[in-house]
Amino acid sequence: MSDFLEVRNLTMRFGGLTAVDSLSFKVEHGSIHGLIGPNGAGKTTTFNMISGFYTPTEGQILLRGEDISGLKMHEVARRGVVRTFQHSTLFAELTVLENALVGTHMPFRPNIFAAIIGWDKEDRRGAEARAREALEFFGLLHLSDERAGDLSHGHQRALGMAVAYASHPDVILLDEPFTGMNPEETKHMMGLMRRLKEDGITILLVEHDMQAIMGLCDTITCMSFGKFLAEGGPTEIRNHPAVIEAYLGGARHVA
Amino acid sequence: MRNLLIFVLGSVALIALPYGLSFSQQEILVFLVINVLLVTSYRLMTLTGEWSLGHVVIMGVGAYASALYTKELGIYVPVSMILGAVTAALLAVLLSFPLFRMKGFYFLIGSFAAGEIIRLIWKRFREPFGGVRGISGIDPMPDFSIGIYQFDFFEPVSYYYFAGFIVIASLWVLWRIEKSPVGLTFHAVHWQDKLAQASGVNLRAYRTLAFAIASGFAGLAGALQAHYVGTVNPNSFDIEVMVFVLTWAIVGGTATFYGPILGCIVLTVLNEIVLREMGLEQARPLIYGAIMILSILFLPDGLESLVQKVTRRKSAPKPEEKAAT
Repeated sequence: MSDFLEVRNLTMRFGGLTAVDSLSFKVEHGSIHGLIGPNGAGKTTTFNMISGFYTPTEGQILLRGEDISGLKMHEVARRGVVRTFQHSTLFAELTVLENALVGTHMPFRPNIFAAIIGWDKEDRRGAEARAREALEFFGLLHLSDERAGDLSHGHQRALGMAVAYASHPDVILLDEPFTGMNPEETKHMMGLMRRLKEDGITILLVEHDMQAIMGLCDTITCMSFGKFLAEGGPTEIRNHPAVIEAYLGGARHVA
Repeated sequence: MRNLLIFVLGSVALIALPYGLSFSQQEILVFLVINVLLVTSYRLMTLTGEWSLGHVVIMGVGAYASALYTKELGIYVPVSMILGAVTAALLAVLLSFPLFRMKGFYFLIGSFAAGEIIRLIWKRFREPFGGVRGISGIDPMPDFSIGIYQFDFFEPVSYYYFAGFIVIASLWVLWRIEKSPVGLTFHAVHWQDKLAQASGVNLRAYRTLAFAIASGFAGLAGALQAHYVGTVNPNSFDIEVMVFVLTWAIVGGTATFYGPILGCIVLTVLNEIVLREMGLEQARPLIYGAIMILSILFLPDGLESLVQKVTRRKSAPKPEEKAAT
């Protein structure tokens, strides 16, 4: 397999604090890749660098061999890497359908002159069809006229993913998608992610819910204090001594 | 069918309107029409979440530009009006480079500073801006005839029809923009700029686009005013006028397209008809300030929320029917 998304010697310093220290890993095309680590390990910072929200202090992010580090967020998104946010970051004042329509911004780029004259009917229809498709995929179609801010927490998280999915991404970066979901919802969401993978979408996710991570991911990268700790399949990571130590705070030595 | 009826009745009412008014009230009507365009263009700007204090000065840029094009270059008046609007839009694109490094409150102050700089340039340079006195003797709109009606632009009624036609056409364009995917993107930029960006929206480009369109239509309003009044001077575009625009927008409410228009019309009628009758028009800033405070306290969603209450009561049974089936 060729290198699809590669992170090479990625470093981020905030003043004197090194949040991410020379991190390297590769994400294979069409896989579900988990990024785990104790609180403050630098997972979200890594995410923010890949999605273009932060510019890395050092190192590179390569997408299909192209260096995308330091690009702006919308430029990264236009190359097919779309992210979701940790909290329920949505257009709370807009309806569910309108939220998904914003997600179709890239495949159906609005044109102001066509919009004034009325020559963009087909684009509008296409965008709406795509938005409805994305909502249906996440089981939100029956809520399409609701205000996004009025949805339940689980639905809001799903909508966040639907907005990302509506843009036909190659890679989806999911920042803690299972937070605040009950086991039932988590299970349902895991099924949806497997279907995304079958569609050929690569998923990179940061998550605390170990059960979900272990049941879902093909490869897991574990980091601790900004540094690379271990990488491997779910069973490998579960039994990796360094990972156990990082999570349990050196319990082995105490015992 | 019902929409057609409303359209026909509305048009007839707008055409018949000036005949019920006195000469001075007809003049006020012309300014009202121009101000409707000004405040509606301002709303387009606020869609992206940025409130500017330089909008009236941008209107002045359109006025000065159109006046100078006709005076210095001898350009035909309707063409120079369009060129004035284009000049205002282009200046907005230029201003966006320093101004859109700021957001929110800082943008507000930055836009005020930029506007004052432009006003000081007008005051400082006699050539070509005419200094403190501004430019006078601006060519009026040339008279013309469309067969059934003879436009004589010394009559405010004629200018009202002319400006009204242009303003309604502009409002139609602004409305189309707002209801289009571009308008949705403006809303998206306002409510969650990060998420919009993650969906591939170029924030800078869209904020600049909104600023340029709003400024272009403000410039057009300025040009309409300049060729009607015949003079422009720096003081007719100062912060006091900007405060009026803000008051119209806030009292009317900015959540809907018609909110600011409603605010503009209601406050103008209140000011020009009621206060003038009582001889209190000198107290306009005082009364506007009081109205603004009262509306923020008791009508925080603006006059439009009253309209929505009435229309919702009418259509209220509909959702219940849906729930029942």
